[in-house]
Amino acid sequence: MQPTPLQRALAAIVGWGVALLLFFPIAWMVLTSFKSEPQAITPGLMFSPTLDSYREVFARADYLTFAINSVVISVGGTVLALLFAIPAAYAMAFHPTERTRGTLLWMLSTKMLPPVGVLVPIYLLFRSAGLLDSRSGLIAIYALMNLPIVVWMLFTFYKEVPNEILEAGRMDGARTASEVWYLLLPLTLPGVASTGLLSLILCWNEAFWSLNLTSAGAAPLTAFIASFSSPEGLFFAKLSAASTMAVAPILVFGWFSQRQLVQGLTFGAVK
Amino acid sequence: MNGGRNCDRAGALTTPRDTDSVCKNSLQQSGTILARGRCVIAHRIRGVLKATVSVAVLLLTGAVVARADSTITIATVNNGDMVVMQHLSSEFEKLHPDIHLRWVVLEENVLRQRVTTDIATKAGQFDVVTVGNYEVPIWAKQGWLEAMNNLPASYGVDDILKPVRQGLTYDGKLYGLPFYGESAMTYYRTDLFDKAGLKMPDAPTYEQIRGLADKITDKTHEIYGMCLRGKPGWGENMAYVTSLVNAEGGQWFDEKWKPTIDTPPWHKAIGFYDDILKADGPPGATSNGFNENLALFASGHCGMWIDATVAGGLLYDKKQSTVADKIGFAPMPTGSFKGAPTWLWSWNLAIPTTSKQKDAARTFVTWATSKEYIELVAKQNGWVSVPPGTRQSTYDNPEYQKAAPFASFVHKAIEVANPDGQTAQPRPYTGAQFVAIPEFQGIGTQVGQTIAGTLTGQSSVDQALRAAQSATERVMRQSGYPRE
Repeated sequence: MQPTPLQRALAAIVGWGVALLLFFPIAWMVLTSFKSEPQAITPGLMFSPTLDSYREVFARADYLTFAINSVVISVGGTVLALLFAIPAAYAMAFHPTERTRGTLLWMLSTKMLPPVGVLVPIYLLFRSAGLLDSRSGLIAIYALMNLPIVVWMLFTFYKEVPNEILEAGRMDGARTASEVWYLLLPLTLPGVASTGLLSLILCWNEAFWSLNLTSAGAAPLTAFIASFSSPEGLFFAKLSAASTMAVAPILVFGWFSQRQLVQGLTFGAVK
Repeated sequence: MNGGRNCDRAGALTTPRDTDSVCKNSLQQSGTILARGRCVIAHRIRGVLKATVSVAVLLLTGAVVARADSTITIATVNNGDMVVMQHLSSEFEKLHPDIHLRWVVLEENVLRQRVTTDIATKAGQFDVVTVGNYEVPIWAKQGWLEAMNNLPASYGVDDILKPVRQGLTYDGKLYGLPFYGESAMTYYRTDLFDKAGLKMPDAPTYEQIRGLADKITDKTHEIYGMCLRGKPGWGENMAYVTSLVNAEGGQWFDEKWKPTIDTPPWHKAIGFYDDILKADGPPGATSNGFNENLALFASGHCGMWIDATVAGGLLYDKKQSTVADKIGFAPMPTGSFKGAPTWLWSWNLAIPTTSKQKDAARTFVTWATSKEYIELVAKQNGWVSVPPGTRQSTYDNPEYQKAAPFASFVHKAIEVANPDGQTAQPRPYTGAQFVAIPEFQGIGTQVGQTIAGTLTGQSSVDQALRAAQSATERVMRQSGYPRE
């Protein structure tokens, strides 16, 4: 059935409306970052733009150190999560047992616990292992944190792959590793890529663990943002400038990879 | 099904080239497929092991390097005076080339949570922490902070303002050194007062303030006679409310730790607060904390504002304030009970007992809170920017008095803040605009939300105070009070 022009226009309006609504906070943040401090606290679109906040943010903190930490930790956490999740999801999708479903649900249930509930035990473990304020510690935490989501996503993608293809591979003598590497991964690449991208974005935006487990050495951009809030003194413009700088890399990255992301996320949606 | 069994047929398809070439030899030598399969597996395992070991070594060296660092880590908040300290720390590093500083700047509540976790688990991530005078005695009692004994005579402990010093003393010992201190005072707009033909009394009472606020309010021009904190939180609206309640002869607990919120002094105080903010306050007062009111006053929307003395310096800053040359100062208004505890807050530097570099930390803390540091700030940024509220010598300095016309008000306000003094009825706790018990953060914030509800019209003052009373009673019972 062809949509009528009216339906098409309506869909466009609704689509744009939702998009603008979602983008509004980010746009407002960018706008605020160009205001002066007193202007920033009062809503208004008329102001003379200034770069003062950016200048001050750069003078106050070493943006690059934080940014590099963010990149290393996010990429590291994602790679580590994928390394564990790909075999796990493979096993669950192609060699299910009667406990697979329960295991999957149990993995997901760990996401339902508020992180602060395990803060002290994790902190003690990190202390004993000497992992406090280290990138490797955060990489491990991020990988663990995203593992349930990554396994679930990969599992649904793998479910789409007909078992016959893998069987054919086995007939040709492929072993498990080869099966995964030469057959499964190429077939589900968009899915794996979008899972990786999502995990990367989740790692980038994670604030609770990064604030609590780092101090000066391994602090990523979330800590950089947090350092610009002040109980006594105006800070919205500087905070907005810092936030803009913190989200800029992932925003650009997301822009370039959105085709992959959308493709992957809708991969298994229509059956 | 085991794919490995068919290694020979799958060889071309499945094995990477290097394994292939190495293991081809084994096939040629022994001639069996099984041997080749073994070889492939062994080679793979070796590869994986090698990678794991090298990653582990990398991680370990990273950890070792971090630990061998001879630097001290300072946790602080992002207030103007701390920003200056961070900026001037290069001078400290010049004086002490063997001590390097690392800064962790966090939001106030995050800092509290972060530092508490770290000290409670004895992890020792921080060597210097920025804490309020609310925490110092509580943490000292827990054994979390190093006592600041044996300070050199040149440091001049006696030069520290007495009320501030007392707030940091537990069991006769100092547990933190004040970086800056504040009380509260009344700010008003001299131009608006002149226009209306009004005069601010030298020692205003709350009744007088109410009359003045009504006359100045001009809502059509967005001028609000009175700005006050309305944002819920133990350190936001409840700081002001506690001080107001004290002034009207109320208090949080009686001598047996029974909450006394649903009592006439509270009704009078909250009634006043509710009335004046509804009649003369800015719209949406419940979202206004210190910063929001600062912005409102600085942009010319408030006729009066009662808040922390630290705002004086900020309002005088022409870069931030459009009313820099039109500000008048008065003490905090008084209510029916004279001499009540008013307001005293200090941001202090303390050393956690878990610090591994206590000597270096002590060197830094004594430097950052010294007379020399204050002079350094004066030299670099001018006298108006020096951290206020800590030392008698600052207030005795004629240059400071000249540069900061509000100095004498601040000094006086701190001197009469009386945080350890008595309320109308005897009380079992200390603190001026807070109650110095660990439970107060939770209680204060909860009651703060209830009181904010009266401003939004969710509940009446009577309802709010009744609810606050029973909620506080419950928390206190659960926390095991009365203890004595």
